[in-house]
Amino acid sequence: MRRDLLTSLTAVVAMTVVLGLAYPLAIAGVAQVLFPGSANGSKVSFEGRVVGSELIGQEFGGSAFFHSRPSATEYSGNVTFFGNAGPNSAAARDAVRESLAAYVRREKPYDGSLTAGRVPVDAVTESASGVDPHISEANARIQAHRVAAVRRLSLARVEELIGESTDGRSLGLLGEPGVNVLRLNIALEEEAPR
Amino acid sequence: MSQGWFQIALFVAVLVALVRPVGSYMARVFTDQRVFLTPVVGPIERLAYRALRVRPDEEGQDWKAYARSLIVFSLLFWVALYAILRTQGVQPFNPEGFGSGPWDLSFNTASSFVTNTNWQYYGGETTLTYFAQMAGLAVQNFVSAAVGIAVLVALIRGIAARSATSLGNFWQDLVRILLYVLLPISAVGALFLVSQGAIQNLSDSQAIHTLGGGTQILAQGPVASQEAIKLLGTNGGGFFNVNSAYPFENPSGLTNFVEMLLILVVPAALTYTYGRMVGSQRQGWAIFSAMFVLFVAGVVVVYLAEQHGTPAQHAAGLHTGAFDGSTGGNLTGKEQRFGIAGSSLWTAVTTVTSCGAVNAAFESLTGIGGAVPFANLSFSEVVFGGVGAGLYSMLLYVLLAVFIGGLMVGRTPEYLGKKIQEREIKLVALGVLVTPLTVLISAGIASAAPIAKRSLYAGVNPTGFSETVYAYLSQGNNNGSAWAGYTGFLQPNPPGNVGAYGLGFTDLLGGVVLIAGRFAPILLVLAVAGALAGKKASPPGLGTLRTDNPTFVFLLIGIVILVGALTFLPAILLGPVANGLTARLF
Repeated sequence: MRRDLLTSLTAVVAMTVVLGLAYPLAIAGVAQVLFPGSANGSKVSFEGRVVGSELIGQEFGGSAFFHSRPSATEYSGNVTFFGNAGPNSAAARDAVRESLAAYVRREKPYDGSLTAGRVPVDAVTESASGVDPHISEANARIQAHRVAAVRRLSLARVEELIGESTDGRSLGLLGEPGVNVLRLNIALEEEAPR
Repeated sequence: MSQGWFQIALFVAVLVALVRPVGSYMARVFTDQRVFLTPVVGPIERLAYRALRVRPDEEGQDWKAYARSLIVFSLLFWVALYAILRTQGVQPFNPEGFGSGPWDLSFNTASSFVTNTNWQYYGGETTLTYFAQMAGLAVQNFVSAAVGIAVLVALIRGIAARSATSLGNFWQDLVRILLYVLLPISAVGALFLVSQGAIQNLSDSQAIHTLGGGTQILAQGPVASQEAIKLLGTNGGGFFNVNSAYPFENPSGLTNFVEMLLILVVPAALTYTYGRMVGSQRQGWAIFSAMFVLFVAGVVVVYLAEQHGTPAQHAAGLHTGAFDGSTGGNLTGKEQRFGIAGSSLWTAVTTVTSCGAVNAAFESLTGIGGAVPFANLSFSEVVFGGVGAGLYSMLLYVLLAVFIGGLMVGRTPEYLGKKIQEREIKLVALGVLVTPLTVLISAGIASAAPIAKRSLYAGVNPTGFSETVYAYLSQGNNNGSAWAGYTGFLQPNPPGNVGAYGLGFTDLLGGVVLIAGRFAPILLVLAVAGALAGKKASPPGLGTLRTDNPTFVFLLIGIVILVGALTFLPAILLGPVANGLTARLF
């Protein structure tokens, strides 16, 4: 028993130092040398100023920007939680219904053929992280009508920019394609400032 | 959906392909043989034995000595972790200046991480210092995983021994598992994750003026190093509150794929290790097959259900079918980059194993989709399960199947030449029942006690009932995933612990369940190992029930389902299935 205690005590200290300090600090050191960009959050800049992380979505309002997905956390990057809307929750139904109506109201003036039945699911559902950086390609194609009109760009040009901001499936196989909203909006600001 | 099925098939194929190489590598590690890392790690290993003052070659432990070392070690680490959680104010690596959280929450958290569960009532990025994350929690991710594997190795030695009392040396097993398996894979995995976008730094959080003219504060920290081991060790505790849904933990479709492999590779490969160590690969593959069938069945159900959408979405007028450029399905609480397939597969992977890391919100799963995590946990985490823990629990079911099979054919039950007698079968029955019993009692108390209502988010309806039952199912089985509305911690001023308080009843009940669900089975498994080690093995005769053919696999699957279903079916019906069978909204 006494021996177990002594051995355990040594083990607790040694393992805390090796696994709890040496390991993460060594990984941090190597990562800062090999991958400084991603290790520090994949920042993106606009006009020489850091405006966010490529991986962390942001909230966009107004008619000149592509809008991100709904978020339970208002795109908080330091206080994260799930929305926890249940599958049979009346409150969740009301929230989706409201988002759906708002989406159609916003986009329909620019895309006359838009109906509620054509709205893709990502446009009106809260993501898991609250900071989903992507929207679906279908969502982007609908919003393209509005952004093109407001920014006086051709629809074809906006769709080209969407293509450039789309992260395809990893290795062409894994995950789903998504349009990176922050990158796309930066590209728009560069192409046709409001 | 065909693209989704293809991704799932690819994942399964890669997993199966890894079983043999990783399994045989671990077998060499556990039997003290040379491996390719020996030239590098060997000197460190010898240094560790010197520091711990153990001479592994001379000091074999019987089951009681092995258990004593394990318990004393875990207890001491519990105290150390609790102390770290309670002294945040004086710690280094605390750029946000966080103070400590409440004591009852710390009790729950310490119990949660020492038991390889990583149930989290707190949000990591809003309550914990980098020091507590690295030197407290991540250390437990390594150590609790190694303890689980060590118990398995001891049990295998007991089964394979030709009349002996020694189950090996706990300290040697611990050191070799950490140095040869967990640490190297984690280091490589962590660097890979950083290369793909996971963060790894010690900076303070950064306020950014966004493109749209707002402000966004980006929390930072040593994330990747913790991410790798939390998955590899089937721990599951997120650096961030939203766990592996957060892009800094899991940035892409590729990382999602690799992270799921990290979760499953060790539990799956251990079946091969088992076959190697007992001298018959067919025995290992038989157990693998039983696990595999139950795993794949769950994946299919959850994917189909999630692709269908929820009653709330349909009532709102949302079209949930897939079309060009949209995944369709229930994307509430899911990320676009993972889609329905990547989130559904993860949901099954993290609940068959006792990992519990999530990349989607379980509370937002469809009713039937949500029944899959419930069912997986109801099988007492024997379908792959936690590292070590899954297979040692499954071996109890194997012994139970041998016993029941023996009764059916009217022979003395024996497994790998060893007679299964009264003492073993008593211990096995206790080992199989102790976790379900703990879960039923605690979930029953929590469902009935008015004081526990404060923990509910969804209210008194099927979703709220799911929250409660799953909380204790998850803690009792050391999984750690959650219907995350259920809480034992309130934080009025996030980030930081100012004014925060724990819900004592929920935290304490959970903490006790965590410890009971971990250490009671471990002690029973070691006792079984001790009982089997001393038995002489006799060669198989004509009447011996074969344990390496499809008939036995079928019997084993049946018994796993039977025990799980008999225990938990009513609760699953009242919770997620009630949601799944009705379009009614609450």
